[in-house]
Amino acid sequence: MRGHLTTRDVQSDMFWNTAMETISAADLEALQIKRLKWTLHQTQNVALYRSKLKEAGVAPGDIKTLEDAAKLPFTTKKELQAGYPFGLLAVPLRQIVRIHTTSGTTGKPTVVGYTRGDLESWSELIARNLVMVGLSDEDVFQNAVNYGLFTGGLGFHYGAEKVGMTVVPSATGNTQRQIEMIEDFGVTAIHCTPSYAMHLAEVAESTGAELATLKTGIFGAEPWSESMRSELEGRLGVTAFDSYGLSEMYGPGVAFECPERDGLHIWHDSYLVEIIDPATGEVLGPGERGELVITPLVKEAMPLLRYRTGDITMLMEEDCPCGRGRKIARITGRSDDMLVIRGINVFPSQIEHVLLGLPEVGEQFMVYIDRVKHLDEMTIEVEMSRAGFSGELQDLARIQKHVAGALHNALGLRTTVKLVEPGSLPRFEGKARRIVDRRGAL
Amino acid sequence: MEKSYIIKQISIFSENRPGRLAAVAGALKEAGINIFAFSIAEADGFGVVRALVDRPEDAHRRLTDLGFRVSFTDVIGVKMRDEPGGLSEIAGVLGDAAINIEYAYAYSGRDAAVLILRVDQVEDAIRKILGSGGELLKASTFH
Repeated sequence: MRGHLTTRDVQSDMFWNTAMETISAADLEALQIKRLKWTLHQTQNVALYRSKLKEAGVAPGDIKTLEDAAKLPFTTKKELQAGYPFGLLAVPLRQIVRIHTTSGTTGKPTVVGYTRGDLESWSELIARNLVMVGLSDEDVFQNAVNYGLFTGGLGFHYGAEKVGMTVVPSATGNTQRQIEMIEDFGVTAIHCTPSYAMHLAEVAESTGAELATLKTGIFGAEPWSESMRSELEGRLGVTAFDSYGLSEMYGPGVAFECPERDGLHIWHDSYLVEIIDPATGEVLGPGERGELVITPLVKEAMPLLRYRTGDITMLMEEDCPCGRGRKIARITGRSDDMLVIRGINVFPSQIEHVLLGLPEVGEQFMVYIDRVKHLDEMTIEVEMSRAGFSGELQDLARIQKHVAGALHNALGLRTTVKLVEPGSLPRFEGKARRIVDRRGAL
Repeated sequence: MEKSYIIKQISIFSENRPGRLAAVAGALKEAGINIFAFSIAEADGFGVVRALVDRPEDAHRRLTDLGFRVSFTDVIGVKMRDEPGGLSEIAGVLGDAAINIEYAYAYSGRDAAVLILRVDQVEDAIRKILGSGGELLKASTFH
């Protein structure tokens, strides 16, 4: 099963594994089917999947094409939690060489086991990502994330070593010392969370550290916006790349931006990707936003079937000039936040995205949903921005119309837009509660 | 010379809910700023408070510091003859010159009623009104 993932080709710049990264559509499909069948076989070592398949009336032998994957049942985070600690492992513990866990913020953590082959595959994917953004054995790489059970530390560490980079396992904390390391070791690339990068920039600015050698920033584990990207790039002097992953799929490295920085390449030889309507489970086509569902194709210790990531994205329609496979859009939210308004799926992040593009209003908002005469009505309050006010009432009405029009375009839904005074909407620290759904209260 | 008749009105964005005018007026009172005239224009859930004050720059700064969205708007003040036909005359002069009145409000000045006008071509309007024998207030009357 392994082998093909682990060898580095003699290749051009910016590719770690040219053959796999630029595989033809026909070859990829054949490979995915072969690996899907292998994965199905592997899941039969796990009681949960045996009973799930039985319940769905599907036998592993029924899956002959990629389209057949839609017959397979979804796996949810709840099911993984219920299997705590080792109920989801498909191999005996003696073949498990490492475990990581998820943070467990929503109940019991999920334990993820890795065979030696899994660690090899994971490092391979990280190596592809790092080389894709232009890094090589010439680079000094500071890995400023947690090195414990969190997958970000060790995952990137081994991938970067595989590339031959000089790895500085700085982990987290002591920002002053982190800055010294960057300057003293001539660090060229850093991996951390976007919020920590922001903190690092602030401390560096306050101490006058120039971080002159730093050129690449890899940011992940938290959602971050395009405006944060330009701020981080300006303040740290880096080109910033988005990194996506989840512990259930090894950890970071599942999908990554290439230098185009327009969507993330997801490694189709290792992950079978579907986008579904989170409400109905129906599979959606390219360009349609929904929940990312992944069936890993090379995971040995903990295979998964159609795992519902809860992350909202879409398959992008255009090919990437870099020559790698189909991209997914940057993650724009969680399916748990999704609203269904008059039958249309709406994500608060879509609203945020629209407002960010309109200078005449601020980016804070509140959404109220009411049922008026059996119809859902959505009212969005937005703040006037400093730039937006000319003093004329008709200009305000124009702004209101413009915002409603932009929202209509993005959501496919008519909304009522209310302009409110700057600073009057609630600010949230941590998880925002911007949605007030009053449809239930009769 | 037309410029001396252009009066700086402050326009304040306000939500249409109780207490907002009180907040504006209170802020100006605390700063010792006198309001000569004001009006409120209302649309769907929000409005614009328009005011002529003695120290518009101070008022602008004060209200902006409090988080209000404030801007200056050029208006003119026409002294009205307090007798039938006063408004008709002014409106006729502007209408003939194809100058549009965007909005207007009136207040009672020391010696005459004053009509505050927001027009689309302010300098033309000043010339036409003066040319037809009308009387305009100089900006220096206010500030």
